[in-house]
Amino acid sequence: MDSQRRAAVRDGLGVGLAVGLSGLAFGAAAVAAGLGVAQACALSVVAFTGASQFALVGVVAGGGNLLAGALGAMLLGGRNALYGLRLAPTLGARGWRRLLTAHLVIDETTAVATAQPEPRSARAGFWATAVSLYLTWNLATLFGALGAARLGNPETYGLDVVGPAAFLALLWPRLVSGGTERVVALLAMAVAVATTPLLPPGVPVMLAAVAALAGVVRRRRTPPARRAGELSKA
Amino acid sequence: MAVWIAVLATGIGCYALKLAGLVAPQRVLSDERVRRFTALVPVALLTALVAVQTLAHGRVLELDAARLSGLAAAVVALLLRAPFLVVLVAAAVVTAGLRAFGV
Repeated sequence: MDSQRRAAVRDGLGVGLAVGLSGLAFGAAAVAAGLGVAQACALSVVAFTGASQFALVGVVAGGGNLLAGALGAMLLGGRNALYGLRLAPTLGARGWRRLLTAHLVIDETTAVATAQPEPRSARAGFWATAVSLYLTWNLATLFGALGAARLGNPETYGLDVVGPAAFLALLWPRLVSGGTERVVALLAMAVAVATTPLLPPGVPVMLAAVAALAGVVRRRRTPPARRAGELSKA
Repeated sequence: MAVWIAVLATGIGCYALKLAGLVAPQRVLSDERVRRFTALVPVALLTALVAVQTLAHGRVLELDAARLSGLAAAVVALLLRAPFLVVLVAAAVVTAGLRAFGV
């Protein structure tokens, strides 16, 4: 394995283990909200997208409408569709493998895959993150649901900052080198924060996709990029 | 039972959304602007996520000094070109340390 792919796998394992541990918080929150241990674990197995899971559990805890809770959770999962659009050419999965791959297209795997310089290390990073995160997240959910909460609130150990720090670290090289990326990032943060008090959770982050549109417009004012040959780029 | 239905519906709905992106016809990506857009989408959504996870609790904006300091520590580590795992550890240690002191 070449050094680029080794680095991608190392980053992926780091994200998978570090973010996966917050499954402890999810399992504990789910049981505290009134879900059974089996229900908490089933949600991590079949939904496998943290923000949506926390959203549904929050609605159950608040005694809210379950249908609205499920729809809200799906709204939060909407960004995974946009990630899939971006990752499809890189991952190149076909047939039954595509059905399996789809389940693993989430924030963390997208962040690691798109941080890589070329498609082979992008795929290595995607799978390293996917496998380590799936295992850690589901095991941590089980332990959290079984009462690992007695060990203390995961926030005590600063685990709530690990996710944002990981995303920032993975985006960092693109933010440092690309003017368009910096504009898109700042605009996206402004849109998401400004609309957070006004819209249901999940919508502000989806809405931040308009910042990417601004990036497209900005790019068109500069000389046209090479058209042919760019398709293969990761 | 109702909770089980909500759990399974959420799982199926979230899976369908993930699959939708992967199976979308690749023809849509042949347009240069669409390709630029999808390339920038992870940058936009992930930075928005960083901002929301750091600054918001549900729909309420809140300044959690320990969490903000942890993220600031991550930025310092990145500026110092620290390895990825060092960045994560720095963020968690600073946040946990400040909380231990009651911040």
